[in-house]
Amino acid sequence: MQNYDIVIVGGGPAGLAAAIAAKEHGVESILVLERDQELGGILNQCIHNGFGLHTFEEELTGPEYAARFIERLLEAGISYKLNTMVLEISAQKVVTAMNRTEGIMQISAQAVILAMGCRERSRGALNIPGFRPAGIYSAGTAQRLVNMEGYLPGRRAVILGSGDIGLIMARRMTLEGAKVQVVAELLPYSGGLKRNIVQCLDDFGIPLKLSHTVVNIHGRKRVEGVTIARVDDNRKPVPGTEEYYECDTLLLSCGLIPENELSKGLGIEMNPVTSGPKVNESFQTSAEGVFACGNVLHVHDLVDFVSREAQAAGKYAALYVKNQAGHEEFGDIPVAAEQGVRYTVPNTVNPGRMEEALTLRFRVGDVYKNCYVAVYLNDQRICHRKKQVLAPGEMEEVVLKKEELHAVADLTQITVKLEED
Amino acid sequence: METRELICIGCPLGCPLKVKTEQGQAPEVTGNTCRRGEVYARKEVANPTRIVTSSVSVEGGRQKVVSVKTREDIPKEKIFAVIEALKGVKVQAPIQIGDVIVSNAADTGVDVVATRKCPVLNDLL
Repeated sequence: MQNYDIVIVGGGPAGLAAAIAAKEHGVESILVLERDQELGGILNQCIHNGFGLHTFEEELTGPEYAARFIERLLEAGISYKLNTMVLEISAQKVVTAMNRTEGIMQISAQAVILAMGCRERSRGALNIPGFRPAGIYSAGTAQRLVNMEGYLPGRRAVILGSGDIGLIMARRMTLEGAKVQVVAELLPYSGGLKRNIVQCLDDFGIPLKLSHTVVNIHGRKRVEGVTIARVDDNRKPVPGTEEYYECDTLLLSCGLIPENELSKGLGIEMNPVTSGPKVNESFQTSAEGVFACGNVLHVHDLVDFVSREAQAAGKYAALYVKNQAGHEEFGDIPVAAEQGVRYTVPNTVNPGRMEEALTLRFRVGDVYKNCYVAVYLNDQRICHRKKQVLAPGEMEEVVLKKEELHAVADLTQITVKLEED
Repeated sequence: METRELICIGCPLGCPLKVKTEQGQAPEVTGNTCRRGEVYARKEVANPTRIVTSSVSVEGGRQKVVSVKTREDIPKEKIFAVIEALKGVKVQAPIQIGDVIVSNAADTGVDVVATRKCPVLNDLL
């Protein structure tokens, strides 16, 4: 059995930032386990620019952003294993992993940081009728084929879903010489960033059809076309609105799902809204000494926020290992998400353990205009911030101050909600 | 006088902007909610620019392709010219981040540089 103070599952942006932060907070024995053949995770295939505006105050591409963190990890002398798949984590924090050179190995850790990221919603999960021909890809798979393997997956494409990866791939396929005919989005608004709609679709004259979905896929061996129809308010296709598009490729960009098989195996308490673990203010899950950060916890829009969150998780894991986590005299106060707020991360806050300021991240369930984000401690409103617009595709945050929480006697609940006035 | 319609990229609000331009006068921006919309519209009308990212083939490298970008933003109408200049380009591994792949791409005065390193193919891997 190998022994480490902290084992980190995943060498993408979250795992890298967590490892570096843990080392900076005095833990020497750290191991990062990565199943791909290199560190950096999904950033390596995200060759477009727009990363790092918050972290480095310059616009980097994905591989450049990853390289900066990888460099810091190497400088810090942190150990890592590539091509290594984690199979199981036990309640005693024994990590079972395997690779081609060492076979199956067991690694005992004092703390484990979950940083496995997320995966794309598949065709099976979307229940699209039709045959199962070649030519149907998730947008991320197509991105990997074009940007890393050097293959163009098709010449005429239709994209279902207006998530950011789909929008980015609409532009990428167009630049590589493919004809992207249309992007269809089931919802009446796009899940992608405005900037991507303008620079990836409008710049190239690619139409975005909101409230539309794919109702049939044609072709037995290879995709020959798809039928798109408008949907009503209940997201059901409206008969008579069908349009046929001839194409050889259908890309799916219909949402990301945190990859939590290992967490579930551990019996960790999950949040059904995010499909990620529930965590406290220290990013610790319901399993003691097991922390979570990045897209495995909840799907982010910007990698900069993943790095920030993971730095916090890495720090708290280090404090846990060194037995320096704060006092627990206050108990964990639940954070409720109400009235338009779908979820918050973290789910509980311990005023004794929290830092002077704690960032609470959340998403809303619909598009809201001219409303207020309100935070309550018991019945007392401590924050009432006007927002011109809130959209499900953009993560929001509020900051809780330690002194505010300590000022309330018998604090039993923190509530985040939207108010009209 | 010319009027152009744009969508602001400053925030998720996505204000529909109208920009009126008249010879010798500063463009008039309407439809914006905040100052950012006005700044964006002026730039987008006068001199729209983009950073172009793509990939080129590598020989003898661990990867088949290496990702690249224009080191700075280039005029928007030159996007396809830059992409054309990258067609058929083959580079030899090893590549470091920042290595110039094509200098002065499509006469933009801007170099296309590598954004990812590509080590020499190592059979042990």
